Parts: sequence; C-alpha cells; structure tokens
Amino acid sequence: MSRLRASLTPYLLLFPGGLWLAIFFVIPTVVMLSLSLQSGDVVNGYVFTFNWHSYVDGITTYHDQIVRSVVYGTISTVIQIVIGFPVAYWIAFKGGNRKSIYLFLLLLPFLVSFVLRTISWQFFLSDNGMLLGPLKSLGLVPEDFHILATSAAVIGGLAYNFLPFMILPIYVALERIDPRVLEAAQDLYASKTQIFLRIVLPLSLPGVFAGVLMTFVPATSDYVNASVLGGTGNTMIGNVIQNQFLINQDYPTASALSFTLMALLLVGIFVYAKALGTEDVLEVAAR
Amino acid sequence: MTEIQAGPGAAVAAAPVPGDVPAIELDNVVKEYVSHGEVVRAVKGVSLAIAEGEFFSLLGPSGCGKTTSMRMIAGFEDPTRGIVRLHGEDVTNVPPNKRDVNMVFQSYALFPHMNVWENVAFGLKRKKVPAAEIKRRVGEILEVVDLVGREKRRPKEMSGGQQQRVALARALVNRPRALLLDEPLGALDLKLRQAMQIELKRIQREVGITFVYVTHDQSEALTMSDRIAVMNDGLVEQLADPREIYERPATKFVAGFIGTSNLLSGTVQRVSGDTAVLALGHGDRILVPVDGAPSAGQTIDLTVRPEKIRIAKEQPDGDLSIVRGTVAEVVYLGTYNSYVVVLGDGAEITVFEQNAHDSTITAERGDTVWLSWQPRHSYALR
Repeated sequence: MSRLRASLTPYLLLFPGGLWLAIFFVIPTVVMLSLSLQSGDVVNGYVFTFNWHSYVDGITTYHDQIVRSVVYGTISTVIQIVIGFPVAYWIAFKGGNRKSIYLFLLLLPFLVSFVLRTISWQFFLSDNGMLLGPLKSLGLVPEDFHILATSAAVIGGLAYNFLPFMILPIYVALERIDPRVLEAAQDLYASKTQIFLRIVLPLSLPGVFAGVLMTFVPATSDYVNASVLGGTGNTMIGNVIQNQFLINQDYPTASALSFTLMALLLVGIFVYAKALGTEDVLEVAAR
Repeated sequence: MTEIQAGPGAAVAAAPVPGDVPAIELDNVVKEYVSHGEVVRAVKGVSLAIAEGEFFSLLGPSGCGKTTSMRMIAGFEDPTRGIVRLHGEDVTNVPPNKRDVNMVFQSYALFPHMNVWENVAFGLKRKKVPAAEIKRRVGEILEVVDLVGREKRRPKEMSGGQQQRVALARALVNRPRALLLDEPLGALDLKLRQAMQIELKRIQREVGITFVYVTHDQSEALTMSDRIAVMNDGLVEQLADPREIYERPATKFVAGFIGTSNLLSGTVQRVSGDTAVLALGHGDRILVPVDGAPSAGQTIDLTVRPEKIRIAKEQPDGDLSIVRGTVAEVVYLGTYNSYVVVLGDGAEITVFEQNAHDSTITAERGDTVWLSWQPRHSYALR
C-alpha cells in the first residue's frame, strides 16, 4: 500500500499544475489552432475549413509589424543586457550585506501595475511633460521635438518594463560564483580584466541566457508599450492581434497571427540555444 | 616519473641556515579587521622563516590565524602591520597575480567551465608561455599527478581525490617558488586522505619546492612536515620539527592540541641538579627536568604522554616519577589498552599500554595502581 502510494506521489504532485495547464493552456491552444483554420465572417459566423489563407494573408499583410516586433524585442533585450549586467554585477560583488535591500529597491517599481508604469512613462515623456517641458523652455531642444510616438519611446518602454527579469537571473548566476574561484584565477596570474573575461563572464552566461528568454519573449509579443508610447508607425504584432480579436473580430486572422508569432519565437529560442551551446550553458547552471 | 624542477631538488630540508635567504618570511605580521564595528585581531604578530624546499605546516584550531597567515603570504590579505618577504624581497604590497607563489584552495576552486587541461594550462597562458611549451608542461604535470587520459573531463565529472590532484597540478605546473596548500585534504575521506598525504610528500620531493601547508589535523601535520608552527589565537605557540612538537610541547596549548596528553601540576619540594621533585601528597612524586633553578614552593605545570607511563599493581622503585591512583576506566583498543586513572587529588591520567605480549589487562576498574615514568618524559610547560 505504502509502495503504491510512494509510486503515485510524483503524479499526485504533478496533478494540480497539470490540470491547470490542461485547462488554461492546452485547451485554448487547440481552440485557437482550430480558429486559425476557419473561414467566414463576423456576420455569418466562422466554420472549420482547413483554410490556410488566414496564415498567408496575415503574414503578407502584417509583415512589417512582425519584423518590427522582432527588431524592437531584440534591441530592447540588448539594451537590458547592457544596463542590467553591470547592475547585477555590482549587487552581487559589491553589495556586501545590503544585497537584499538593493534587490528590493530594484523590484519596488514593479509593485505598481505594468500598464500604470507605462502610462506614467507616457506622462513623463509627453511633448511638454516633465522631461521635455523644461528642456524646451530652456531652448535646449527645438519646439517640435518629441519622444512619444517614436520607436525610441517604445523600445525604451520595453527595456524598462522587463529589466528586472534580466537583472535577477544574471544576479543569481553571478552570486553563485565561488569567490575562491576568482581568487584562484588571480593566484594564477590573471589580471582583473582577464578574470572578468575568462571566469566571471562565462560563468554568468546561464543567467544571461535565462534573462534573454524571460525578456525577449514578452517584449516581442507585447502590445501595451506600443499602444501607450508608440504612434501609428510603431505598432507591433501584439497590437494587430489585439485589434483583430477585439475590434475587427476576425478570429481566424488573429489566431493565425498568434500562432505565427509563437512559432517564430520557438524557432528563435532554439536557434539561440544552439548558437550558445545551451547544453553546456545549462550544465554549468545546474552545477 | 618526470623530473619537474631544475634547481634545489634536495629533499632534505631543515630550519633556515643562518645566512641563507629564507624562501618565505613573515616579519612580525599583524592582521586586524573590523567586523560589526569591532576590531578583530586575526593574527597578532607572527614571525616565521621558511627555508627553501621545506615542507612547513601551520597547524592550529579554526580561528587561530593560520589561514589568514597563509593568505598574507599569497597576497589575498594585506597585513595591518609587518612585512612579508619572498626570497628576501619585500612583497607586502605586491598583488597575488604578481607573486611567484601558487595556492591550492580548500575547496579546490577549480574553474567549473573548463576541463582539466584548460584548468591546468590557465596560469601558463596568463604568463604568455609559448603554446608548445604549455602543451609539454601540462602533459608532464598531469603525469606527475596521475591524470593522463582525463584531460577533457570537467571538474564536476571527477571524484574529490581527482579534483584535488587537478588543483595541485594547476598550481605546480607554473613552477612556483613556493606552493601554499590550504587544508587541501579536508574534504576527502580518511583512506583517501592518508593516500594523498603520502602522494603529496612524494610530489614535494620530486619537484623540490617549498610547501606551506595549513591544517587543523595534527596527524596530517606530523606525518608530512619538516617543521610545524602550532598556532593559537593569532600567535605561534611553538615552532619545531614534528618529533619535538610531540615529545616536548612548549605550552599547555600545544600539549593539549597534539595527541593525547596528561596535564599535571605540582609544587616544587626540592631541586637536585637539573631535576625538580614535585610532591603531590600521599607519597606521590613527580620528577621533572627544569631549566634554571625553581625555588621550593613554586608550582610547575607539566605534561606526560600516555604511552610513556607504565601501569603496575605493585609499587615500583628507582629514580622514577611515581603516582598512585584508582582505575576509573579501561578501554580495549586493539593495539593498546587505554586506562583512565584518578589520582588522590582528583587529577585524571590517561595511560596507554601496548598489547605487545598477551592481551591480558594489568588492572580492572576500581583497582589501585601505581603509575611510573622516566624523569625525562615529564616536560615542564611555560
């Protein structure tokens, strides 16, 4: 009896999560897949017809937005690495016994909702707002200068909103480096730069890898930043999907675009993992 | 086995000969740091001179300052006061990567993302040694530590003993003028540790360089060292060769820390020649060699090793220390019996009796026994 229970335990532990995923992930995904292959219109209803046209039409029509999403996602991720790595490094190695305070300060803005934070950025960056107003009255920037409704605003917003998800995994990877390993490198004649390049950087890669996964995917599929901070020329694929679903009620196109995005991200992740030699990276991470 | 190091290959090493420049010198070194607003004195003034080619151990309990002393030799800690010299040169302000010593860390500190070969070649690459020479030297040292054929392994794919040997090779391949080892065998099990002790000694003889060895394990230090500095509370209590440390402990601390010791004290009754006679009452007496002339009535602390004491049921005679007591404990330990004998004044003495002839025991619990030992086996403590 107890043996039976012991062998069942792992499955019992898996059950709540499995059920959750089945109801809220697997079923909607199947429904969406079937939606994407339907044809018809809002007035007469949609029927399942193995209609591939939603994919072809969606990709040709919204080609620009798809490319823009990937470009914005990539640039914002790179910005986050550039900003986040030094922060994570500083907290991990120079934070002393105040590390948890710094991490808390880092997370503090994120106790405010994602949309609210983005809207406050909108206020801050607006044409005569807190940033540009004083600059314009001082004559430092021309009167018609604006930041909102540019790709810079959207990319900046994306980089800002997902930054902690970049910093935290890098911090965890750096924090796990045994200080004696760094001393050993110094003992073996490595300079500060060499210690960083040959020891710290390679050992932080699992963290960077995790950070990229956790920021690139949501940044690429985001629609809030583009709709709050962007203009008509900055719409991302997330905005298109939202419009198709909620405004045009063109469910097949919206579903087809969602699947296209999903496939694109999956392929991207696998190529990226392969290029970095994930097997190795994850191995180090699992140490 | 491959000859690694040209130069002083002589295995015999001893205290520095006056006039020779010591390989490593600590000159009245003090290390203080501030922790929670309080000044902690980790090392309180240590002076050492370690000879070229010597196997030198820093032995003591945790927190005695031995690791801090070693880290000052390596350059990871700056002394608050005092001077560190390597081969006569003041290196007090030289960073670790510019010092010609290498360290083997307690937890090995191998680079987890590099394989054995890359780990071992790391130092040579930083020193910009030509690739062909790196290849040759790494190959040679892997032969010395018996890791040929495992070049492509990652540290975590290896056993503790193998990682230990990688750490050793990684340091030795650079041909440092001294190798510093910080409790390198601490993580290994007993069998492996004993095998590695012999291995380390062999490697040291083979490469002929100075080893400084930090340990809290007295048997390890006694087994391998040419000389030992026993440290306690930031100071060196005694600096001598293993035999001297064991046979003639200079302080109460050393006597208690190294092996099993009996600590006794008594009042001087009279002095004849260089031997003091201590009276313990009940007709007991202890003879102890003394320097100078202690006056009668002075109290002397002394130590005597358990294996030096004879246990008997009859009162022995002769010029011996003789005390009488009651057996409180008898433990059979295979190669010897261990007795705990309580004296009249309540002091306890441990006695080891070799199982040389037959395995009968001399006395049972509760028996009254006489303990006796040669005067020279009593050792007065500072």
